Amino acid sequence: MTFTIPIDNGDSVKNAEADSQRTLYPYVTGTSIVAIKYKDGVLMASDMGGSYGSTLRYKNIERMKAIGKHSLLGASGEISDFQEILRYLDELVLNDNMWDDGNSLGPKEVHNYLTRVMYNRRNKFNPLWNTLVLGGVKKGESYLGMVSMIGVSFEDNHVATGFGNHLARPILRDEWHADLSFEEGVKLLEKCMRVLLYRDRSAINKLQIAKITEEGVTVSQPYSLKTFWEFQAFHNPTAGAQGSW
Amino acid sequence: MDLNLDAPHSMGTTIIGVTYNGGVVLGADSRTSTGMYVANRASDKITQLTDNVYVCRSGSAADSQVVSDYVRYFLHQHTIQLGQPATVKVSANLIRMLAYNNKNMLQTGLIVGGWDKYEGGKIYGIPLGGTVVEQPFASGGSGSSYLYGFFDQAWKENMTKEEAEQLVVKAVSLAIARDGASGGVVRTVIINSEGVTRNFYPGDKLQLWHEELEPQNSLLDILNAAGPEPMAM
Repeated sequence: MTFTIPIDNGDSVKNAEADSQRTLYPYVTGTSIVAIKYKDGVLMASDMGGSYGSTLRYKNIERMKAIGKHSLLGASGEISDFQEILRYLDELVLNDNMWDDGNSLGPKEVHNYLTRVMYNRRNKFNPLWNTLVLGGVKKGESYLGMVSMIGVSFEDNHVATGFGNHLARPILRDEWHADLSFEEGVKLLEKCMRVLLYRDRSAINKLQIAKITEEGVTVSQPYSLKTFWEFQAFHNPTAGAQGSW
Repeated sequence: MDLNLDAPHSMGTTIIGVTYNGGVVLGADSRTSTGMYVANRASDKITQLTDNVYVCRSGSAADSQVVSDYVRYFLHQHTIQLGQPATVKVSANLIRMLAYNNKNMLQTGLIVGGWDKYEGGKIYGIPLGGTVVEQPFASGGSGSSYLYGFFDQAWKENMTKEEAEQLVVKAVSLAIARDGASGGVVRTVIINSEGVTRNFYPGDKLQLWHEELEPQNSLLDILNAAGPEPMAM
């Protein structure tokens, strides 16, 4: 149910404000999501930050949520749009349960639904400003996919959004292999998250790792990673060239 | 100097909401500006939605007023239908609904705070865009930029009502000291199971910060009080 304050602003082509259904820019944003398939299912990592421009304003935002019994959704981008997507998915899951036919929405179906929503919004020039990562397991089959705000959608063995595209992907391409154990998977994700912490300005040092297997979804408690600063080169970097950086 | 008296009324503002052991304390400054001119130096930015839920308004004065008016209207009907006081969460969600669905047109950041019998004292921050974030404490408005560091250091869990109110007053006062868009008096509203208390702290009731001087009636008082060479450098 929505309520749009009734106003009559006339011509929506010339008058920017009248076109009330256009998202122009994001306000509160989440940064990268990194996810991989592993032996028992899918592992996904995200930090708990909500940035407001350059300010690290919110430090307790959960950007990964369970969807139904078989899926896990992670989102980067505008948090209010992510909250709205969760509402759409709530309705989807509710209606699915109401059939009461013993069947439940799997990750492939949820990913497809999200792809349609994102692409259709893009066509109306009113995108949901998110990049979504959808992981899940149903009937022993693992699934991991991504949808962007313009409706680009695909599946892969490992995915990353935002800065993760540039920093995490190379690590995953090099070090991911099939049938990673839980420990190996977590270590791999943490390696990616640590690099993001060093190099992404909007990353904060408070993260969660979520796991989805045939049994269901578990989201870890928030925790922080140790960082390393004791390189010799870091101690006195400008000794040889005063004024440099 | 161009005062730009035709600029839309905007509450530069500092608004704060803090939970404590038993309820919430909401706080705000009282300056409403039209460009560089202070249109109202004693505004009340903490607005009632129901008996037990209030909202702190920041940003565009008009937008925040119309949103809170609609939500008060909806909550009134909701309360009649429900047969009992509305919860803080429902109030926050109604604000979110308007803020999110009209995100292209509205420019207002709000903090919803109140007490209900199910969850006790709760604070919900609703910034630009319509995100809802439940928080143990929240700040908003242009003055809040100066308070992130302060709260990181000064806030702690399970404060008493007195500690919470003192923290809020101190914070708004610090923000007023540095934010040109905030000023006037500090207003607080305390909401708990017993009810609602409004407090008012004019400038002279607040402690002085860096480079601030004790207010005087006149230089003459200073000169008369001083010794034989009052005008010496």
